Amino acid sequence: MLQAITKLASLRNFYFFCGKLLPWFAWPTLILMLVGLYWGLVEAPADYQQKDSYRIIFIHVPAAWMSLFVYMVMAMSAAASLIWKTKASEVVANSCAPVGAAFTFLALATGSLWGKPMWGTWWEWDARLTSELVLLFLYLGYIALQSAFEDKRTAARATAILAIVGVVNIPIIHYSVEWWFTLHQGPTVQVLKGKQAMDTSMLIPLMIMATAFKFYFVTVLLMFSRNEVLERESHTKWVQEERERL
Amino acid sequence: MGAGRERAIMTLSEFFYMDGYYLYVWASYGLALVVMLALFISPVRRKRQLLKQLGRKKRRGQRL
Repeated sequence: MLQAITKLASLRNFYFFCGKLLPWFAWPTLILMLVGLYWGLVEAPADYQQKDSYRIIFIHVPAAWMSLFVYMVMAMSAAASLIWKTKASEVVANSCAPVGAAFTFLALATGSLWGKPMWGTWWEWDARLTSELVLLFLYLGYIALQSAFEDKRTAARATAILAIVGVVNIPIIHYSVEWWFTLHQGPTVQVLKGKQAMDTSMLIPLMIMATAFKFYFVTVLLMFSRNEVLERESHTKWVQEERERL
Repeated sequence: MGAGRERAIMTLSEFFYMDGYYLYVWASYGLALVVMLALFISPVRRKRQLLKQLGRKKRRGQRL
């Protein structure tokens, strides 16, 4: 196990490993998306209170879940880079940032588009919305900090610290709807508590979309990571060989 | 027959109408499509660009 991990830590092996994984995530993404979209937009019934406007949930909730999930992946890779100084984990952490920022932006934007007809406002400075906005700034800050350093290894150390400190925000976002009075509705899906506020006919497409978003994340993460490896290793022989092969 | 076809057309426009929330629903889905497609295409283009750069570097190296 440890040997396998050390082997993967070499960027060359990591590059080819990512390449092998890619189709196993890219194709399921496409299929799950199509199934989830059809199910969510056509098959699932309208909500008795919110009518068809609730269908935004199939984008909004998976995007919001991913905004937190991607951050945790980023912070854990960053921690690994600090502890073991592995280059591959630096690459993964860096590649998480743009993807996480995109998911956070989508969660905020679709939330706004849902809030307007339901709450009567595009934006409210309440706990859930504000902490999610802070998450977007954390991702953007990470990207900005990363490009501020000439040397990749120094950049990785600085960004890793930012990413780890930013983890405080994650439980704040998650529990904000329970800790404070907020306009945002409480959690609809609570797997651990076994409580279910959502009908199965709506829950199934939501879960399919959530899975599709996870696969999408891994797909894009692998693509971004491979590019960064090529960039970092551009002086090596194996990258030149890879270029000739392509 | 005719009624059936009419109903099918109705359902389709009903589908796009989204109970009157079409603006919000389709804006959400459209935005998600644009962002996620852009995020997918950008590394594909970046890779092409990187490989081209690598080629240039290689040729330069040979000349020297």
